[in-house]
Amino acid sequence: MNDKIKERIYLGIFRLCGILSLLILVSILIFVIEPGIKVIDLNFILGMWQTQDITKGGIFPAIVGTFYLGIGVAVFSVPVGICCAIYLNEYARNTGLVRMIRLAIRNLAGVPSIVYGLFGFAVFVQFLHFGTSLLAASLTLAAMTIPWVITASEEALKGVPDGFREGAIALGATRWQAIRTNVLPSALPGMITGSIIGLARAMGETAPLIIVGATFYMRGIPDSPFDKFMALPYHVFILATQHNHPLAEQYAAGTALVLVLLIFLMALAAMIVRYNFRRKRRW
Amino acid sequence: MNKRSWEGVKDRFIAFFFAANGILTIIILIGIFIFLAYIGLQAFHEISIREFFFGKEWNPTAYGEPKWGILSLVTGTIYIAVISLLIAIPLGVASAIYIAELASPFIREVLKPAIEMIAAIPSVVLGLIGLLIVAPFVAEIFNLPNGLNALTASILVAIMALPTIISISEDVISAIPESYREASLALGATRWQTIKGVILPAASSGIVAASMLGLGRVVGETMVVLMVAGNSRAFPTSILDPVRPITSTIAIEIKEVVQGDLHFQALFALGFVLFLMTFAINLASDIFLTWRQGVR
Amino acid sequence: MTREDVKISTRNLNVYFGDLHAIKNVSLQMYNRSITSIIGPSGCGKSTFLRALNRMLDIIPHARVAGEVILDGRNIYENGTDVVELRRKVGMVFQKPNPFPKSVYDNVAYGPRIHGIRSRDELDAIVEDSLKKAALWDEVADSLDKSAMELSGGQQQRLCIARTLAVKPEVILFDEPCSALDPISTAKIEDLMRSLKNDYTIVIVTHNMQQAARISDYTAFLLMGELIEFGKTARIFERPCEKATEDYITGRFG
Repeated sequence: MNDKIKERIYLGIFRLCGILSLLILVSILIFVIEPGIKVIDLNFILGMWQTQDITKGGIFPAIVGTFYLGIGVAVFSVPVGICCAIYLNEYARNTGLVRMIRLAIRNLAGVPSIVYGLFGFAVFVQFLHFGTSLLAASLTLAAMTIPWVITASEEALKGVPDGFREGAIALGATRWQAIRTNVLPSALPGMITGSIIGLARAMGETAPLIIVGATFYMRGIPDSPFDKFMALPYHVFILATQHNHPLAEQYAAGTALVLVLLIFLMALAAMIVRYNFRRKRRW
Repeated sequence: MNKRSWEGVKDRFIAFFFAANGILTIIILIGIFIFLAYIGLQAFHEISIREFFFGKEWNPTAYGEPKWGILSLVTGTIYIAVISLLIAIPLGVASAIYIAELASPFIREVLKPAIEMIAAIPSVVLGLIGLLIVAPFVAEIFNLPNGLNALTASILVAIMALPTIISISEDVISAIPESYREASLALGATRWQTIKGVILPAASSGIVAASMLGLGRVVGETMVVLMVAGNSRAFPTSILDPVRPITSTIAIEIKEVVQGDLHFQALFALGFVLFLMTFAINLASDIFLTWRQGVR
Repeated sequence: MTREDVKISTRNLNVYFGDLHAIKNVSLQMYNRSITSIIGPSGCGKSTFLRALNRMLDIIPHARVAGEVILDGRNIYENGTDVVELRRKVGMVFQKPNPFPKSVYDNVAYGPRIHGIRSRDELDAIVEDSLKKAALWDEVADSLDKSAMELSGGQQQRLCIARTLAVKPEVILFDEPCSALDPISTAKIEDLMRSLKNDYTIVIVTHNMQQAARISDYTAFLLMGELIEFGKTARIFERPCEKATEDYITGRFG
């Protein structure tokens, strides 16, 4: 009898914790949507930013800035990450070099984003003289995103049955032929899914942008990689903490809502890619 | 050169190309180490190592006699790390047990992607919610003028760490062979006895590793603490004191410094300390994970 | 049996996986236009031996090969061997059917294509010829564009055989080709192997002794990585010389 009561109490606690976690996480969304939705209208999304009266303008330059940043990060991180994953999963043996690469990846994944910011500032802004530009910020965030892309891509490669490789090699394919014709087509959707999620996370990062330097106000939108840029997360940060307009916090929430929606849309797209792929494949 | 051996040469060249991408990751890691160390260590031409590590006061801009002690900043980081993990680990592990052991398949299929989505919410958004919702709430409960303090920051940082801890613990628990559970239940154990006697011990090193990874995230978290921890440089004495961890100190002051001067170098030294801390934490969690694989 | 009839042979072949000595000093001849089956209990090194014959062990980390494998008078492990050419000459069919996630046609055309054949007519001819030889043509002639993943297990395995035939090999290695198939499919594959024997040298690894007895001309018995006995199949099954062989074929091993 005693055991049964204990059982009920403990299992009840676990259930409660599970539900509590979910509640916390769902309420985050509600807390962003509730104040944010009030300020969102067409002008807010498509208008140019007015720093004097924040209620007049929109956050279009910040949306474009974050979008460009995402493209920049994708260009610098996705090919490198996928190639590295191919090396680790398809070519590498358990050598000292491979163990070092794996150790480096795991540690890079744990380096705080602000440290990436310092690194990016020292290397890209100062040492390579890119200045506080889209290019410098993209490279900084790309360094941070590479380990995520590698991890996701390796996962996708591991899901490809060995038979696809062996079958091709036994027919006299070179390793690269086997990878290109048989492994990559099957692993690509998984790689894309993982990369999109990695990019979404990178686009939400703020701390590196504080250091490498996004800007809070600019006329128009950037038209070269060496231009300054606005970005949604940085915009949220400034509005929430360093702006004295009475409605600043509401506008911060509006911007945050746009940012969260953007990230969720990307995650959703990734999930759709994954779902379609799983439905089609037959191994 | 005939066609066959050309294919072989091409294959080798391609293999080398992929390897080069792998080596790039090592270069980035070493690059971070070298740039931070190179700039940061220059600070010690003028700041004594003793003052830096054991000084309680951090005030680089004090007129005449700047202070470079990072102890109060490190204490802030530790405060937030400890409190937030005290919240996040029990809640996270219990949630993982619920998802892996108790929840129906349908709920599990809903919860897992939901938690993945939450992990993608930017920390600046959580910081904003801290300002709008959590801080006023904490202020009211403890009757404070404002709620920007270590406790508020810790609650939010705990929420940040929650998805990491839940999903890794859940993976570890789900990976425990079904035969363990069956064996225990067949002996007449209740579900709770099975969880306590079989599941948790089998998953323990994995849960430790998950907690260590959570710790790594917590120590490196910048935006939430920058926005809601209160940013006081004073040495904290209570969890309701405002604090200023290492991360937010860097974020606040980097915009005010002259590039290349002593203060700039000192901030890189601070970043280097943070890098070494997270490096050690990640290495430790790595050891726990490999240890677990060794035991299996 | 004259020496010229040996198509492929091993001389003091040893294979190591790290510290594990998987194949110990095996010397074996496999004759032209005949079926040699390799039998032995699980883990005796049958598949490892087979994979040494077309250097598929190269892709396994930690695997090390010592000794010689002689194909048409040349050691395939000597420096300068073109591995790709070797694997074209020595084809392999795997335990589990492993068609690629492509159409039936593209599966069979895969090998010729990677070896540089681009002409559609030529490919069509190879595909048809290979599928006919693999006794699959009648079943798939109308659905060459269908995904190979939609075929039944037995059809998939015959497709894999057709895929191997398409690169015009001289030796075909079968690694327990029927272990994942039902009896009817198994019978079809066995018929197929008998007809292929007229043109190819076939080596088959099997754990099914009836199968070895039914189809092969020669049988080799491996135990713990060592070659215990080799000879004509009828002789091995009727009058084994070694006690261990007799024990195994009368069912005292697993």
